Amino acid sequence: MERRKLFQGETWNYLCLEAELPSAGDFVAVHVGETPVIVTRDHDGEIYAFENRCSHRGSLLALEDRGNVKDFTCVYHAWTHNLQGDLVGIAFKDGIGGKGGMEKSFCMNSVGPRKLRVANVEGLIFGSFDEDVDDIEDYLGEEVLGRIRRVLQGRKVVVLGRFTQVLPNNWKLYVENTKDSYHASILHTFFTTFELNRLSQKGGIIVSPNGGCHVSYSEIDQAAEAEKAANNIYSEQKIRSQSDLELADKSLLGNFKEFDDDITLQILTVFPGFVLQQIQNSIAVRQVLPKGTDKMHLKWTYIGFEGDTAQQRRARHKLSNLIGPGGYVSMEDGCIGGFVRRGTEGASDTNAVLEMGGREIEGGDDRITEASIRGFWSEYRMRMGI
Amino acid sequence: MSTHVRHAEISALISAAQARYVREIDDGDCTAWPSFFVDDCFYTITSADNYAQNFEAGLVWLDSKDMLRDRILSLLEANVYERHSYRHLIGQPFVGEVDGDEVDSETAFMVARITREGPTDLFASGRYIDRYRVIAGEAKIVSRTVVLDSNRIDTLLGFPL
Repeated sequence: MERRKLFQGETWNYLCLEAELPSAGDFVAVHVGETPVIVTRDHDGEIYAFENRCSHRGSLLALEDRGNVKDFTCVYHAWTHNLQGDLVGIAFKDGIGGKGGMEKSFCMNSVGPRKLRVANVEGLIFGSFDEDVDDIEDYLGEEVLGRIRRVLQGRKVVVLGRFTQVLPNNWKLYVENTKDSYHASILHTFFTTFELNRLSQKGGIIVSPNGGCHVSYSEIDQAAEAEKAANNIYSEQKIRSQSDLELADKSLLGNFKEFDDDITLQILTVFPGFVLQQIQNSIAVRQVLPKGTDKMHLKWTYIGFEGDTAQQRRARHKLSNLIGPGGYVSMEDGCIGGFVRRGTEGASDTNAVLEMGGREIEGGDDRITEASIRGFWSEYRMRMGI
Repeated sequence: MSTHVRHAEISALISAAQARYVREIDDGDCTAWPSFFVDDCFYTITSADNYAQNFEAGLVWLDSKDMLRDRILSLLEANVYERHSYRHLIGQPFVGEVDGDEVDSETAFMVARITREGPTDLFASGRYIDRYRVIAGEAKIVSRTVVLDSNRIDTLLGFPL
């Protein structure tokens, strides 16, 4: 049901980065929901996407995660597809010596892997199985689009690393977690334990018109910071210790000025399963992929930009200790979905309470709200027809 | 001392250091983990695929002994996760040519993870790609790149590998 109505319906699904397809013939093998998909760059310079499935008997066409090819020839019976996914060749099509072969009337255009409509947003490649899907700009809404542009700024993306985290829960529990700005300062105690958090931080939430996409962000309040710095005159005298625990090497959090605003953290989601993360200078895209009802893959791609200095690159690597399966502030996110799954066994007739911050689906300038989770479920129900 | 004897001696020091290293993680509380490294050490965990493509990012990326100490402190005091333990099985180190007091070494490992409610699972396999320095009769890690064979990692990477 989700496969047909969501992932193959009128939604935009993240596929890959344009930076992963620099040359003609380059491809990456990805998934939309659980459906295997190939994304290519053809000789016309355009990016194409189609199901990773042979027209003939359905075997995978791409057996590697990425590479550069002339075409996609199935290993099973050598049916050949071009870089746009069209079936262009059938082995022994006319038989041998007048025997066997395909019927004269067989039309190669009538079969073939399904193609996706492709959209490129600032170097992020999205695909949709539904030709009638809204244009991606309308799908995202102006505010969310603006926040994607804010992070990427038209710069050339460089992949710094890729990791896949296997989580023991339904994919929707992870999506809820990324939209849940209420839990952040409660579950993740790294910042508070080491007294690194800034109580003075401002922030807010943006929810897209349909509810499915969101942005949560926090920023430094320069005035409050200045006041804190003034107060540090006292703490420098070592009059009293704020905490027994502190980081021995604070270079972990050494950041650099990358954006022309004071936003130090921005988590952005695109319905159904894409996340763009900026935690200080740690920038990553995350892709949420269902694997059955109780398991999912979370694919992380850590990114930098051409023109990063060696020092800036080093800062990104250090800050990446905060995220991922072993991240100081996100290792908990990997476990919590499993805790919820196990906690809700045998309680399928009860409802979760999602009324923090009211019942509306509206953004605002605080983060103690579940508005964007309500937004997700609203869009989910609309698209699933329930 | 002949090169051969020197090589055998250093190999034995590395084996002994690695035996103590995994015991500290599996049966100790990890607090002595940083003591296996020199002060300006480097420690990262990556995958074979990332390593082959020269991608520098890591699941853990630490470039000083203090950062190693902070990692353990955070695990013990700050992070929230389900109780679990590891069991390392390590192979014989493959020790390269001795270069002054330093040597490159590579060791295969498998790590089982035991979770609170779960069974014993094979959590990771891979190799340590190391640079060791002999200091006062002990082999200390200058650099350890933990290269996981698989690009996938289950749920949580808590303790060091």
